[in-house]
Amino acid sequence: MTDFSGTTGLIFNEPLLWEKGRKGRTGMSLPRRDVGTYALDESLCGDGPDFPDLSEPEVARHYVRLSQWNFGVDSGLYPLGSCTMKYNPKLNEKMASLQGFTGAHPLLPAELSQGALRLMFELERLLAEITGMDAVSLQPAAGAHGELAGMLIIHAYHKSNGAARSKIIVPDTAHGTNPASAALCGYKPVAVKSNEQGVLSPEAVAEIMDSETAGIMITNPNTLGLFERSIREIAEIVHKKGGLVYGDGANMNAVMGIVRMGDIGVDVQHLNLHKTFSTPHGGGGPGAGPVCVKKNLEKFLPVPRIIENHGAYSLSYDSAESIGKIHAFYGNFGVMIKAYGYILSMGAESLKKASQLAVLNANYIKAKLKDVFHLAYDQPCMHECVFSDKLQKQNGVTTLDIAKRLIDYGFHPPTVYFPLVVSGSIMIEPTETESKEDIDQFVEACKAVVAEAKENPELLHAAPTRTKVRRLDETNATRHPCLTG
Amino acid sequence: MRFLPHTDEDIASMLQTIGLAGLDDLFAVIPGPCRFQGKLNLPEPMTEWELREHMTRLSDSMAASRGYKVFMGAGSYEHHIPETVTYLTGRSEFSTAYTPYQPELSQGTLQAIYEYQTLVARLLGMEVANASLYDGASALAEALLMAIRITRRKKVAISRLINPLYRQVVRTYLEPTGYEIIEFGYDTHGLTDLSTLDAHNDLAAIAVQSPNFLGVVEPLESIARKTHEKKALAVVAFTEPLAYGILKSPGKLGADIACGEGQSLGIPQWFGGPGLGMFATRMSHVRNMPGRLVGQAVDAGGKRGFVLTLATREQHIRREKATSNICTNHSLCALASAVYMASLGGSGIRSLARLNYDKCEYLKAELKKIGCKIPFAAPTFNEFVVEYPAGAKTLYADLLKKNIVAGLPLAAHFPELEGHYLLCVTETKTKDDMDALVKGVRQ
Amino acid sequence: MKKMSEFRLPDDVRYSEDHEWARLEGDAIRVGISDYAQDQLGDITFVGMPNVGDAFSQKQEFGTVESTKAVSELFMPIGGKVLEVNEALEESPGLVNEDPYGRGWLILVKPDNPDEFNSLMTKGDYAKRLKGAE
Repeated sequence: MTDFSGTTGLIFNEPLLWEKGRKGRTGMSLPRRDVGTYALDESLCGDGPDFPDLSEPEVARHYVRLSQWNFGVDSGLYPLGSCTMKYNPKLNEKMASLQGFTGAHPLLPAELSQGALRLMFELERLLAEITGMDAVSLQPAAGAHGELAGMLIIHAYHKSNGAARSKIIVPDTAHGTNPASAALCGYKPVAVKSNEQGVLSPEAVAEIMDSETAGIMITNPNTLGLFERSIREIAEIVHKKGGLVYGDGANMNAVMGIVRMGDIGVDVQHLNLHKTFSTPHGGGGPGAGPVCVKKNLEKFLPVPRIIENHGAYSLSYDSAESIGKIHAFYGNFGVMIKAYGYILSMGAESLKKASQLAVLNANYIKAKLKDVFHLAYDQPCMHECVFSDKLQKQNGVTTLDIAKRLIDYGFHPPTVYFPLVVSGSIMIEPTETESKEDIDQFVEACKAVVAEAKENPELLHAAPTRTKVRRLDETNATRHPCLTG
Repeated sequence: MRFLPHTDEDIASMLQTIGLAGLDDLFAVIPGPCRFQGKLNLPEPMTEWELREHMTRLSDSMAASRGYKVFMGAGSYEHHIPETVTYLTGRSEFSTAYTPYQPELSQGTLQAIYEYQTLVARLLGMEVANASLYDGASALAEALLMAIRITRRKKVAISRLINPLYRQVVRTYLEPTGYEIIEFGYDTHGLTDLSTLDAHNDLAAIAVQSPNFLGVVEPLESIARKTHEKKALAVVAFTEPLAYGILKSPGKLGADIACGEGQSLGIPQWFGGPGLGMFATRMSHVRNMPGRLVGQAVDAGGKRGFVLTLATREQHIRREKATSNICTNHSLCALASAVYMASLGGSGIRSLARLNYDKCEYLKAELKKIGCKIPFAAPTFNEFVVEYPAGAKTLYADLLKKNIVAGLPLAAHFPELEGHYLLCVTETKTKDDMDALVKGVRQ
Repeated sequence: MKKMSEFRLPDDVRYSEDHEWARLEGDAIRVGISDYAQDQLGDITFVGMPNVGDAFSQKQEFGTVESTKAVSELFMPIGGKVLEVNEALEESPGLVNEDPYGRGWLILVKPDNPDEFNSLMTKGDYAKRLKGAE
């Protein structure tokens, strides 16, 4: 394995925060006390929280050591399907930390907030252009939050037509957030199966679409990495019965400048700025999940809206049919700055190129690995491809074992066991920011792991061995949850 | 383009492997009518240096606190943030990782979030805290939905002294499912008025905020007692958790769910987001909790480690029956607040909270001296309501010209409080800053 | 996972389509899940139980079983009122894996219509059904 990036190094142990420190230390420079002490009703006072007292060097070392047990995109290839782990430009981090942005109070009069309002207004327009939609709200804080906003908009639309509907169609390849978001609006999700080519057939949708159904939630490209070719026909079927088409934009990275959902029948779409538009995932957020709509749904968007008038920007709450607010303020502005910076750095040509290269990388991996792993659907894929452990199972080796062994080779594993329609699925999304050399290395690592699966499956069962911890006993952790120390 | 590594030779050789002639052929499966013809109408790409210049200009047009003295809180608070917080959360091993689905490669995030859950539980006096939600407003909405699930009742009560923006979000979340929301008003002390509670016997929860929107500390113990007499859950929201550095915690006073905004603890104001939705409850309710949880586990070699746990509550497993639709949360903000709480420590948070209290009391006293009315006499933390002398609107505008933001006008959300302003003082305001405000008001 | 021949299928119980078993004990029926079902689920981490006194009809959902990464509903093999629930499973849900027909039982039911018991599959029918599912 000497050629691969995975290797051993000195890994530090580090105790829990409260297992270190001494009472009386502090890690913060307390501001000067320039006022006296005032009376405070003692009956309101408590003992204060039982936090450990640590010095600044102890805090710094603690978190540096913890960080070294992590793997980020900056550490190596992170081919997590459906997650678009692309490179996060460093300049954007710096720009998001400019004092004018970090110190901005959200409730100041608009004339004192022009920079932020302009940035948000322009980002809305950029996203509208990229998606082919007419209006955008940046308020949702994450993809699932954007889905909720979208579902609330669909709900409000039907309500304003005087006919609330009770169901929504969700394909079997959907992310779990889709049915969960729909349920928050009281919709009962109705499953529709994808066909033997891994995509939706218009007939299957026509069969269940009725006047009680609010619409369809469709991820395109879908979670098998396949483009839903019949999207326009499906949209027509749904529209004819008075329904709306919701587009889950989690996989937008495949089609920037190539397909605009607003042009092909999608009425509402959310985007994940932390996927397609390169803002970092932060170990699970914060992200941002703008919701984009066609003109006829604009009046339902969350308030406030940002208005421009002769170069002056303001916030407007004047929208009687709006779904209301879904965030205390305007959404995750700190994340928007980074996505805005990304789009301005890229421009139209590079965004399209990014999608082309993302799809190129995925198809290249598919071609290189299709004799190594079982390919669930042998078709041209978009930005990700889905394999399974079917060939390895005869050696007593599962997807989980393969994933864990790849870690020892220095790669983050692909998404495993999703989508559910493929048993033992291995879902690989390389993104456009990985070079051919790195992808070749990854392919070689997969081949090496598969060879090991034949010759010495124990290596896989025992993996990973080069990490801070080995496989963890999740069963016992769930049976006897220990959630605080 | 510097983010895209492929050379023309790379592309040609990869296409050859796939068996295609050009990049366009990759998209042959997309029917023609679905293809976007033409070029996106976006601005010409900027160089790193042009973008830096452009962003700096936008940033400079903001009234951030360097030039301005902003005495405004109302859910977004200016506090000093130690450089360690920014530096450590900026480490890309933390910031460029995904949700910790592969625990062996994510022990840094997982231990940090386990520590965060513990610190939050200790701060709020609760038994268990989750790994974060989006913000205080959505945390409150989730808390009420959780209470509805637990009690199987369909009506919730919220205090009018909960941040009005949070109340709007709650309405948005509950509207489509038809759950009913009733509101309790407030009394002359600036406290939630529960005198009409007896009329209601079917409440899933009663939610109050403490310190409330007017800065006043609510009598949580008696509110929780009255709530429990109605077999409803006591939900305590907050926007300024630093208060619990000195005040009794919601858990100690009987809260069943404590939820709110953690921005105060080491997260920049950022024009309102990203913040940090804090959420804590009792262990008996843990299976009804929204959001991720990190738990302690043991690895194959007997070593301590951490994993995401009790995941069957979540959308990726339970789909439409999940306790919430949340997936991506605010992990990095949770990390920032953990580093902040660790830096302050138990001794530090008490001192800092007391300093905030005293500074706020100083301004209150100085304003009283010059004849301003303080309509609500009950104890406050960090924020209080002031009624400026006649001509308040002109006064406010004049002060704004002097780069002083003299609080938040309350009339927009509380029409009965015309001429009243919500002032906020934290440790970032010096005595000189406050004296300048008082001087401005006197003139 | 076990091979088909390794499943324990005792003949003193009857089986439902949803892989619950039912055992006649005097006037009452004891209910659990089959060896096949526990094997499919993997290590069980939690059992969501009804309350004593709850009444359900045949095939109605009465609870859930959870592993770390899956939730499955439990369905009544026979309609009736819950007389007892297995409280030991709260502390030790793994009993369902270790001893599905014994200490891993779920509930004891007073049937509304004892004839429903006869509609359930015998060991032989159930074994055939499992072979079909293979």
